[in-house]
Amino acid sequence: MNPSAPALAEEAIVRLPRGVRLREDKARGGWVLLAPERVFQLDPVAREVLSRVDGERDIGAIVDDLAAAFAAPRERILGDVRAMLADLILKQVLEVA
Amino acid sequence: MSHLDDSARPAPPLGMLAELTHRCPLQCPYCSNPLELTRKRDELDTATWQRVFAEAAELGVLQVHLSGGEPAARSDLEALVASCVEHGLYTNLITAGVNLSRARLDALAEAGLDHVQLSIQGATAEVNDRIANLPGAFEKKRAFAAEVTDAGLPLTLNSVIHRHNLHQLPELVELALDLGARRLEIAHAQYYGWALENRAALMPPREQVMEALALVEAARERLAGKLVIDAVVPDYYARLPKPCMNGWGRQSLNVTPAGRVLPCHAAETIPGLAFWNVREHGLGEIWYDSPAFNAYRGTAWMPDTCQSCERREIDWGGCRCQALALTGDASQMDPVCERSPYHDEVQTLAIVDASRDAEFRYRRFAREASGGKS
Repeated sequence: MNPSAPALAEEAIVRLPRGVRLREDKARGGWVLLAPERVFQLDPVAREVLSRVDGERDIGAIVDDLAAAFAAPRERILGDVRAMLADLILKQVLEVA
Repeated sequence: MSHLDDSARPAPPLGMLAELTHRCPLQCPYCSNPLELTRKRDELDTATWQRVFAEAAELGVLQVHLSGGEPAARSDLEALVASCVEHGLYTNLITAGVNLSRARLDALAEAGLDHVQLSIQGATAEVNDRIANLPGAFEKKRAFAAEVTDAGLPLTLNSVIHRHNLHQLPELVELALDLGARRLEIAHAQYYGWALENRAALMPPREQVMEALALVEAARERLAGKLVIDAVVPDYYARLPKPCMNGWGRQSLNVTPAGRVLPCHAAETIPGLAFWNVREHGLGEIWYDSPAFNAYRGTAWMPDTCQSCERREIDWGGCRCQALALTGDASQMDPVCERSPYHDEVQTLAIVDASRDAEFRYRRFAREASGGKS
């Protein structure tokens, strides 16, 4: 499915590239990722993850924070977050800093 | 089900195409502007555009595509971008890249421009400049692309393809990579307005189109993660219609240089539709209440064949302007669809046009009879 999906290390830091913006969509409700000629409507999970992407915290720290906030098993969150971020990198709406 | 949908208030638009001007240094024979171009003296002023952007944001628009003509022909482009940014709108500049100085580009980046889409008419100077009818355009575009990436702005390359440049598809992909574009739009010419006038000069043969589709697919897979490739399909040879605009009055609107608000580029070709103007009406009022936006919204207007089709909310009946152009009736099913009685006729028409050798009729302002200056 994702032949060239990068393997993301826990120490990797990701960020939104110029031209990609996260914002609330008040008219329709929820949050969106705005990219060149594209709008991604985010589910609540994606929003929680992306709102923690600040170009400073590494993936491990983001996962720690999510595990604490949602009292969920860290390993499972790590797997989900990695898969989601790798997919966004492939779509070019996220980059490794 | 569809009755309920039709009576409910439509969702707000996601995107707005702001056609700031019809002035343009290029004369591409497939231009999406209407044959009758709006002159400078009839363009909306800065304050009116700024009000429209405020209303667009209020209505729920997320992305604004600043287009033309050539948007850089407007000396207030920087102020217009700043106004969009102020209202939280994502700004996409659609430019030919031949008359925008580095200083202005930097000012636009500074104002908060999000993205630049640069048109390219061919992969070589010879082809590019002949189609744009502007010598030197290709080199200017290359230099402009370098300035865009140097300014840190994301770049999309957009190429309208047809019989005269379809053979350059592999070179166009290489050019996009070479120029540092992150996205490439391969748009088969859509036959409305100027392109319809020039159809016999532009229509590619069927085999060339099929080859191109396979080529784009292969390039997309090969370059995943490196270059996003989006394609606008060539529909005359298709079995199913394109979901034009993802449905009439469903996701986007188009404001012309003179302030008329349209559901799509070519909507003004449809007789009997009155298009409201932002000079007289609020954008929200136009979106929800104007007769033109409600004319082909949803599924209730559809002919029986579309009403009973399982794809009615996938294709949205295809394209109204195409139905008009090819059958004379905008409320017909899109004649590209294999269920349309006109389907075979459209295929024949494409094959015949592809074998003709017509000259370009370049896009130009018509001469004025009475010495008026545009």
